[in-house]
Amino acid sequence: MNFLRKAMVITRKDIISEMRTKEIIFSALLFALLVIITFNFAFGGSQEMMLLVAPGILWVTFTFAGILSLNRSFIAEKEENCLEGLMIAPISREVIYIGKMLGSLLFMLVIEIIALPVLAFLFNLPVLSAKIIVVTLMATIGFVTVGTLFSALAVNTKAREIVLPILFLPIVVPIVISAVKASGLALSGEPWQALAPWLNIIGAFDAIFLVVSFWVFNYIIEE
Amino acid sequence: MDPMRRYILSGLSLVLMLLALYLIFVYVPTEKEMGIVQRIFYLMVPMGWLALLSFIVVFIASIVFLAKKQSGWDALAYSSAEIGLVATTGALVVGSLWARPIWGVWWTWEPRLTATLVLWFIYVAYFMVRSFAGEESRGARFAAVIGIVGFVDLPIVVLATTLWRGMHPGGVIFSGGLAPSMLLTLLVSLAAFTVLYVVLLMTRCSLRNAETTIKQIKVNT
Repeated sequence: MNFLRKAMVITRKDIISEMRTKEIIFSALLFALLVIITFNFAFGGSQEMMLLVAPGILWVTFTFAGILSLNRSFIAEKEENCLEGLMIAPISREVIYIGKMLGSLLFMLVIEIIALPVLAFLFNLPVLSAKIIVVTLMATIGFVTVGTLFSALAVNTKAREIVLPILFLPIVVPIVISAVKASGLALSGEPWQALAPWLNIIGAFDAIFLVVSFWVFNYIIEE
Repeated sequence: MDPMRRYILSGLSLVLMLLALYLIFVYVPTEKEMGIVQRIFYLMVPMGWLALLSFIVVFIASIVFLAKKQSGWDALAYSSAEIGLVATTGALVVGSLWARPIWGVWWTWEPRLTATLVLWFIYVAYFMVRSFAGEESRGARFAAVIGIVGFVDLPIVVLATTLWRGMHPGGVIFSGGLAPSMLLTLLVSLAAFTVLYVVLLMTRCSLRNAETTIKQIKVNT
């Protein structure tokens, strides 16, 4: 089997396990919706006000829901000692990283695909545009590249739930800044050219951290 | 570590520090617009430089540690990160003291300030992961990963925050707008702090290595 096929086997395992337990997507989605609703109480008011804070709401929600789902990604592996099974399987560590990353990417995208229309519906916002979808897709790739790495790291520490956000949030600052700015520009109807510098930053982040995480993942799970 | 070399470096650091103090408070003229407050600049820039320099050393030592698995490199990364955390905190505090009279606020989300704050959080995460990892060797490995990922992240943070908003007089230093006397003071101050960094790093590193040796002896007996 080639590299990608092996990784897909791990992703498929995660999808099957998720379909049976509904642990990650369901809880993270519910959490995302609750965050959106809580923001409504915090900032709720006029339509202009909503348009102003919507990008912030969007990305705080996705960041927090992302942390929640990424945290679960390796906890299940650790609790049942599945990680040891993965490690003695005849595959390289990089395969495990790509497989887990693709799984997390899929879960986060599902959460976002449901949360975006809800946001559009509740706040009467035009968030279902091609621009917002491209920004979301690119930013989510950035989230899961570092998120999967840190999730594997956090699960091996004593305070696993708190370690992931402490590592994850400062590292993804460039993504959060760029995604909020790009979404804001998209919401106010700016052309693609205006979004380009922000998309470049997110793209650079994605590419750099895919390579770096791919390389250092090996050192995280070796025991 | 050769104690003789450390004494020489300590002495050099002392002399340079005193010289820098003389230049900052006596020699260099007071800046026209910002007044006396501008003298903080000669402390703020070296602090920021040390924060960055420490992080570069952490980055390189972390890579070598992961490749070679020798505890000496981890000790180097750890010691450098400790100094870096102090320098970053110092840069933030001194920066705030400077910003208050000049910009009228203690804090502003200006690019370099924001990037320094992110750097501070990465340094803190570096130590947290170490203490949460349980085993010493695992903590060293995890911290090395943070050192690498955090350093790679820094240019992107700077890029994003610069594009996000900007107002900092930092450009003056490189565009040649700084008076020769001020440039001299800044350079001496930078040299003084860099030598101090080397002295601290050497001392902390040998202390850390001694700690590791004692721990190993305790385990073996």
